[in-house]
Amino acid sequence: MIKHDVFEKNSIVLLIGILIVVSIGGLIEIAPLFFLESTIEKVKGMRPYSPLELAGRNIYIREGCYNCHSQMIRSLRDEVERYGPYSLAAESMYDHPFQWGSKRTGPDLARVGGKYSDEWHKEHMVNPRGIVPESVMPGYPFLLDAPLRFNDIKEHLEANRMVGVPYTDEMIELAEEDLRAQVDPDGDTDGLLARYPKAQVRNFDDNAKVITEMDALIAYLQMLGTLVDFSAYKAEGPELR
Amino acid sequence: MTRETTAKAKMPLDGWVIAAALVIGTFYATLTAARTEDPVMSVHAYVFAGAFLLGIFGIIKAYFDTSESLATQSADAPIEYDLKVVKAGVIASVFWGIAGFIAGDTIAFQLAYPDLNFDTSFINFGRLRPLHTSAVIFAFGGNVLLATSFYVVQRTCKARLPGVFSSWFVFWGYQLFIVVAATGYLMGATQGKEYAEPEWYTDIWLTIVWVVYLLVFLGTLWKRREPHIYVANWFYLAFIVTVAMLHIVNNLTVPVSWTSSKSYILFAGVQDALTQWWYGHNAVGFFLTAGFLAIMYYFVPKRANRPVYSYRLSIVHFWSLIFMYIWAGPHHLHYTALPDWAQTLGMTFSIMLWMPSWGGMINGLMTLSGAWDKLRTDPVLRMLVVSIAFYGMSTFEGPVMSIKAVNSLSHYTDWTVGHVHSGALGWVAYVSFGALYCLVPWLWNRTQLYSLKLVSYHFWISTFGILLYITSMWVSGILQGLMWRAYDDLGFLEYSFVETVEAMNPFYWIRAIGGAFFVIGSLIMAYNLWRTARGDVRTESRSLAPEAVPSPVAAE
Repeated sequence: MIKHDVFEKNSIVLLIGILIVVSIGGLIEIAPLFFLESTIEKVKGMRPYSPLELAGRNIYIREGCYNCHSQMIRSLRDEVERYGPYSLAAESMYDHPFQWGSKRTGPDLARVGGKYSDEWHKEHMVNPRGIVPESVMPGYPFLLDAPLRFNDIKEHLEANRMVGVPYTDEMIELAEEDLRAQVDPDGDTDGLLARYPKAQVRNFDDNAKVITEMDALIAYLQMLGTLVDFSAYKAEGPELR
Repeated sequence: MTRETTAKAKMPLDGWVIAAALVIGTFYATLTAARTEDPVMSVHAYVFAGAFLLGIFGIIKAYFDTSESLATQSADAPIEYDLKVVKAGVIASVFWGIAGFIAGDTIAFQLAYPDLNFDTSFINFGRLRPLHTSAVIFAFGGNVLLATSFYVVQRTCKARLPGVFSSWFVFWGYQLFIVVAATGYLMGATQGKEYAEPEWYTDIWLTIVWVVYLLVFLGTLWKRREPHIYVANWFYLAFIVTVAMLHIVNNLTVPVSWTSSKSYILFAGVQDALTQWWYGHNAVGFFLTAGFLAIMYYFVPKRANRPVYSYRLSIVHFWSLIFMYIWAGPHHLHYTALPDWAQTLGMTFSIMLWMPSWGGMINGLMTLSGAWDKLRTDPVLRMLVVSIAFYGMSTFEGPVMSIKAVNSLSHYTDWTVGHVHSGALGWVAYVSFGALYCLVPWLWNRTQLYSLKLVSYHFWISTFGILLYITSMWVSGILQGLMWRAYDDLGFLEYSFVETVEAMNPFYWIRAIGGAFFVIGSLIMAYNLWRTARGDVRTESRSLAPEAVPSPVAAE
């Protein structure tokens, strides 16, 4: 081990040695994901989040929902039967950051969209044990009273475009209008739906006076897992383990 | 850095540089405070501005108070180690440790009794859990690493830390990072990536502090009067540079604006997932393993008064450990949308990682050769040795859990939580406690600890707590994993999700009580260390061990 002296007597050589050794694994494992086309499946239906959904997603992140809820259905038989088709890489291709999670203190939410009514979500968020007595989820009644801050929603879409989400100039220009349109079932929603197909337009928290954080969060939850057209892509097949 | 000792008061170079940087920082923070409409950014801009002003004030005060001793030592004077910053690090470690343990036990009780979330935003589980993980990993663990690395690198290099204010900048800059990160979580500022929750401006601040930390560490190595760099310093260096690399890459992000606390991570979906777990697993590998192995390599031989078991094993163990850890990230993503080849690669390296990990364990344990009798009499050494045993256990459990078939059961369950805590409480915290018990008498020039009996109480109470914790999490994790995949006779899933939640309740209580024991142990330690620093000695019926080394000289 005489030759190891080189590292022991020269801090810069040691430093460079360490840097080389710790770089190899990351380069070989992570870099190909950006180049291999097979990493993300070609599917129909994926689109960027509507402004309201994006705002809801930010509430989801802010409250740390990812600490207890995953958004990743693994390709295992019981998970597919419990939650639906296993999650595809394509389904989180516009997620900055990803929210796959690492713990299921509560159930997976990757396909929670459409499973429960808006009313259910609202009541459940306000008082979880009022709906599910055994639940250990914290209550979030304050979301119902908090007006959604969205004066800078345009900048949020712009920042997303900078990191690669294909928001068009039009989407960015009309971000605030689209956000308002999504909670107004009586208004004109043609433009919104053309820009964000399958966007659900409702007054999510049953309070027409003000757009609340609850509106945004429920809009986000209700679209989770609903975009990809699974009649055109099979994610339940025989490769299940 | 200025080298000559001058009779005339002279501001050292690093004082000028840091003061100038703080002035610019104050200006920028004030500007941000004036312009932002984001409430979180507003609070944080004032916090930064206030902290920077205090820093400037501190430098000026130090200059006028003790201007003569400000000049760094001349090259041939006897070494006067820079120990004040180490003392500060020790105090901060104990403080943040207790804060982090209490935060952890609080969320443990929240899971057992959810009304403790009080329906509020600031202290619900989702915001407190990152507060707990960051407090114990970065605030407690980070301060232990700062304090011990500053101590060990000076002793083993026979050289003082370079500069006068640089190490203090690292210390206070790091505390500022902790405060901003923690208050950010409570106000809802988070990137939503586990163990990398602090938002973009907090990350930039940490990067600046970390670069100065690297320079201070390297600067001490450059000044060393020993021909060889001691093995503990290899591990510290690997910890510092690799954490820098991980932190920067995983936190590449685009802020919504310069006055907004919110940002969007550069990578998306599957790429972001692997980058995150490359970071996340190596926060374990380099922050919680390499750094604490450095502590083991200094404090265990020192306390046992025996040389490291095998020099050759240290070399093999060091290079293989840092090479293999980096590959292990994908085992957090088994059966997900991450490509299969990456999952298999991650699993393979995770299993291989067992070997270098146990190489380190053997090197640590066998250092006790010829000194095993001390375990009976010295509870501090007992704590250090048990930490190595926990290290061995959790680095065996980890590779097992990284096997895809096992992971399909264990992932998403409390088994993972239990595994993390056998490493975090058993290994990281115990080796830290051992180091703190050694350091306080050395730093405050006391011949012995206030009470070895209290160390013994601490050891047994917290060991009992850890055992309650990890056994309850094994049972709840495996139970829940099995319930999720159970089928009835007709081929339907047997349990609804909420039935599996209900089944967890008794184990959540046991875990929370175990955590409480651990907290009590740490409070006993704080009391013992405080009395030691004051110079008190408790009269105890049976004198246990003579303190290993009252006042150590350079290790090797």
